[in-house]
Amino acid sequence: MSPANDHYAYYPGCSIRSTSKAYEQSTMKVVESLGMTFQEVEDWNCCGATEYFSINSLPAYSLVARNLSLAAEQGASDLVAPCSACFLNLHKTDKYMGKYKDLNEDVNQALAAGNLGYEPGSLQIRHLLDVIVEDIGFDTIAEKTEKPLWGLRVAPYYGCLIVRPDSKYNPEYPTHLDELLRVLGATVVDFPLKTHCCGGHMTQISDETAYELIRRLLHNADEYQADAIATICPMCQMNLDVFQPQVNRMFKTDFDIPILYFTQLMGLAFGISEKELGFGSEVVSANAALKKIADEAPEKAKKARRDKKALPMPESLP
Amino acid sequence: MTEEKVGVYVCHCGHNIAGTVDVEDVAEWAAGMPNVAISRDYKFMCSSLGQELVEEDVKEYGLTRIVVAACSPHMHEPTFRRACERAGLNPYLFEMANIREHASWVHTDDINAATEKAKAIVGGSIRRVMELEPLEPFIAEINEPTLVVGGGIAGINTALEIANAGHPVYMVEREPSIGGHMAQLDKTFPTLDCSACILTPKMFDVGNHPNITLMTYSEVEQVDGYVGNFTVRVRKKARKIITDLCTGCGDCWSRCPAKVVDDVYEAGLGYRTAIYRPFPQAVPKYPVIDVDTCIYYEKGTCKACQKFCPTDAIDFDQEDEIVVLNVGNIVLATGYKLFDARKVPQYGYGRLANVFTSMEFERMVNASGPTGGKVLLRDGVTEPQTVGIIHCVGSRDRSYNQYCSNTCCMAALKFAHLVKERTGAEIYNFYIDIRTPSKNYEEFYHRILEEGAHLIRGRAAEVTDAARLPGEEGKLIIQAEDTLIGKQRRIPVDMVVLMAAMEPYDDAVEVSHRFGIGCSEAGFFTEKHPKLDPVATMTDGVFIAGACAGPKDIPESVEQGAAAAARVLTLIGQGEIEIEPIRATIDEDRCSGCRICNNLCPYSAIEFVEDLGVSRVNPALCKGCGTCVAACPSQVIEGQHFTFDSIMAQIEGVLYDRMEDTERVTYLGSQPAEAK
Amino acid sequence: MQDNSRGSSFYKRVIEATPGGEALSLCLQCGTCGGSCPSGPDMDATPRRLFAMIAANMEDEVLGCNTPWYCVSCYYCTVRCPQEIPVTDLMYTLKRMAIARGRYHKDAHVTFSSNFVDLVEKNGRSFELGVMTRTMLASHPIASALKASGYGLSMMQKGRVSLTPEHIENMPQLTAILDEAKHIASQKE
Repeated sequence: MSPANDHYAYYPGCSIRSTSKAYEQSTMKVVESLGMTFQEVEDWNCCGATEYFSINSLPAYSLVARNLSLAAEQGASDLVAPCSACFLNLHKTDKYMGKYKDLNEDVNQALAAGNLGYEPGSLQIRHLLDVIVEDIGFDTIAEKTEKPLWGLRVAPYYGCLIVRPDSKYNPEYPTHLDELLRVLGATVVDFPLKTHCCGGHMTQISDETAYELIRRLLHNADEYQADAIATICPMCQMNLDVFQPQVNRMFKTDFDIPILYFTQLMGLAFGISEKELGFGSEVVSANAALKKIADEAPEKAKKARRDKKALPMPESLP
Repeated sequence: MTEEKVGVYVCHCGHNIAGTVDVEDVAEWAAGMPNVAISRDYKFMCSSLGQELVEEDVKEYGLTRIVVAACSPHMHEPTFRRACERAGLNPYLFEMANIREHASWVHTDDINAATEKAKAIVGGSIRRVMELEPLEPFIAEINEPTLVVGGGIAGINTALEIANAGHPVYMVEREPSIGGHMAQLDKTFPTLDCSACILTPKMFDVGNHPNITLMTYSEVEQVDGYVGNFTVRVRKKARKIITDLCTGCGDCWSRCPAKVVDDVYEAGLGYRTAIYRPFPQAVPKYPVIDVDTCIYYEKGTCKACQKFCPTDAIDFDQEDEIVVLNVGNIVLATGYKLFDARKVPQYGYGRLANVFTSMEFERMVNASGPTGGKVLLRDGVTEPQTVGIIHCVGSRDRSYNQYCSNTCCMAALKFAHLVKERTGAEIYNFYIDIRTPSKNYEEFYHRILEEGAHLIRGRAAEVTDAARLPGEEGKLIIQAEDTLIGKQRRIPVDMVVLMAAMEPYDDAVEVSHRFGIGCSEAGFFTEKHPKLDPVATMTDGVFIAGACAGPKDIPESVEQGAAAAARVLTLIGQGEIEIEPIRATIDEDRCSGCRICNNLCPYSAIEFVEDLGVSRVNPALCKGCGTCVAACPSQVIEGQHFTFDSIMAQIEGVLYDRMEDTERVTYLGSQPAEAK
Repeated sequence: MQDNSRGSSFYKRVIEATPGGEALSLCLQCGTCGGSCPSGPDMDATPRRLFAMIAANMEDEVLGCNTPWYCVSCYYCTVRCPQEIPVTDLMYTLKRMAIARGRYHKDAHVTFSSNFVDLVEKNGRSFELGVMTRTMLASHPIASALKASGYGLSMMQKGRVSLTPEHIENMPQLTAILDEAKHIASQKE
């Protein structure tokens, strides 16, 4: 369980260096306080997002594979990406190179032109959330929690790409972020749309389609009276946060839900200052939500007595 | 050996072989092999004319050994062995060369290659047949009693057929009562007969039949022996009830304070007590104490049942009992389990209260079920106004089960009818294809259409409680593509029923090993022949019936139960059976006593003789599989009919065309005949 | 003339251009993909219908559909497909084919994608501001600039827009890799 300090190669991705600096700021603070060391992949390049794959397939895989090759050269066993889209592209390229022989040969031939090469499977490609939940574990996180997020109602938002198309987590109803937030002391609301789409790049194609997807998520979180939505991806954060005023205008709604990186919430609970965690860069301000964090744990809802008439409810899968 | 005369017959099998293999060329080529006295090709060797051809040639040419090159020995080896016998030849001096599955069917694109391969296969068989020795079959007597495992509708029918014919039957059932899944149902399609009304008389008959020994709450632990002579070890789990004293009055369970969800009979929709009888018509009538939920076993006090029992029939110290049975035949009718719908997270079962499984719904509409037959939401009060029924849950899906579960379309249509009848609600069935291929099934489908159910052709994509559009608040929304329109639709409903697939039990593979039969990867038991021998297995004397062999509805299970009984009755009627004499023998003078073979034998047929320090094969248990033969480090175990010499000869025969003449002299010890 | 054979042409090319594309032949037309799609209501034809059209070799009609351009890459269709057809990957294939044929739907954001790719090929990193301005200028400069001014401004104020592109150090290496990849791809066509 204890993380070896040097076995994580770290792939930041482009967004975290421009639109989502708060994510990296808070990630670095949290990682540091958990005693982990991330070694940035030297001279990494863009993962191609969703765009490169729609233009040209083999160059797109080769673009991603250069990062895999560089990371593997650094001697890491695990490659960590905080961005869901980067994670997907890195993970999928590694998987597909392992699964499809022709693709593997072609990509390696392309890499060879830059004196690189990559043996599929030599890296474990992982998302930041997975590393924190699996390698650090809830017990350690609970120990680190100095200022529990008592009273804060949070909707856990996973988005698509860390659970689909291929992951060890439930692709429709994962619960590891729920559990993490609960350990931090937050009140986790049910969020049926937790793995639905944030709109991805649709904001660049069709406002109507994109804003409707964003509206659904905000509406659902609002229905469950969430004070904030916790996210694990720069793209999800940007779509729900930056376009929230646009959505309100288009649908005549008045959503006011801050969209926070899960690492920001971890940092808060660990007692790190708001400033160090990059608060203030969100378009929909988190101030009101943060004020709701109480000094005392909320009273536990009393277990409802079984209604004599009610039929038994099946247990959910463990 | 040179005086041996081999007859070779190459079958066209219509176009099956002759379409790809040049059969005349093969026959002509075979005629050139040493010792071949006659070589012919013929359209259908398995026809009576084909068989007579062999018989006549044996007489006319004095043939001493026969090779038929045709299909797999699976089907017709017995046919030609009998023909040899009729002609006065020992049937084990016959060899079948499979040039259909092994050549013509797999090389349809290359006639030359297929023909060359067929020659090699035939060459191998010709050399092999020369090495075979005459064998005499063993005769095994058939013990009269039969073991039926599983007390569902298939097993019940098997047991009654055999018992009514006057033969003893042991029925072993895992649950406290027989009846199986059929006992849980309310109505049966397409006639809408009351399930209990047609089942309980049969259950009663089983319980009271003078020829049937019923062992419920029992499981088979071990099976030894072979057709006619099986020894079966059964564990009778402790009921904690002295059945000789119990009258089934019910004073015990009505006083029991421990209420638990009944996951078996009530499919999780209702409760039972720790001491319980699964349902009022249970056979036998005695309750059992479930020690996992009984307060006494947890805390050491309570004993309410014992206090109130008027006949002192409760025995908390009762222990499991082991019973050993000797039976001649075994019928497995172990049934199915319902697919766990929680595995399909997008349908929300286990999370969304008003999503039900098909079996929960069966209990709900059953007059003796938890709601007394009323269709109600999980609150136990509200009647739904709209109900969605989702087909193919856990079936026709490579993530779970690729197969079609066969019964769910009709059950879903039945549900549509019952909901309509009891509530008048609007009904939406979401289907990929509607499959109703049985007597009066299609008519039933039309009746449901007439009653106004909405049938939407599109597999439900998801069930959600996240309202998006007006009218969706507080509802469950089924989202699907209506493929006949080509548009995505969202249908708000109050209740969703998931038509979960029929699956083998989790321990089906283990059970198949215990009884020495095959099963599919999923765990359905494998029939000897899917068309012509659907209730037999590759193990003589072990038969299968009902849903343990694949998803089946009640009529099909009943048919199979009766069919299995007929097969058993045939064997009992014969009184004895010939068993293939193909066995392993150990040369005890050369056996080093290393005992490697002892543990490898899958049939536990090898025993170690302590005083002599050698291993010995029990011919009654040996199935001639050859595992020990291959494993013996001293090479002193020989498989009859598959001797080293016969296998080496077969290899030489396969390579015959590739050998130089000098090699043929060396290896085959004879000059080749002049090629024609 | 419509080519109805499955052995040739469009159907076969779609499969060949997609890793795992052979599964397309298994489509049951159940509609799980179209039912699951978050932007399904805005598509001309659902993925399911598109697959039937591909099987019928209706190349022009398929490539003219807006369907792949409305795919948000959420992979719901892919994980739910009972026949394990890589639906999302097939959408990427159709986009690439449409671009190559120059037959894409009017809503296609080809300029956005190609601007993105251009900048990545130039710098090795993406550059949001660059992509957006280039895309807007190429389409409806005034309308889209007005629309974007709302969120653009707020991002600017929050310090979330980089004014200059980042770039990697070993650009020649990346260029060599991408050139080689393009070369291999062009030889296979």
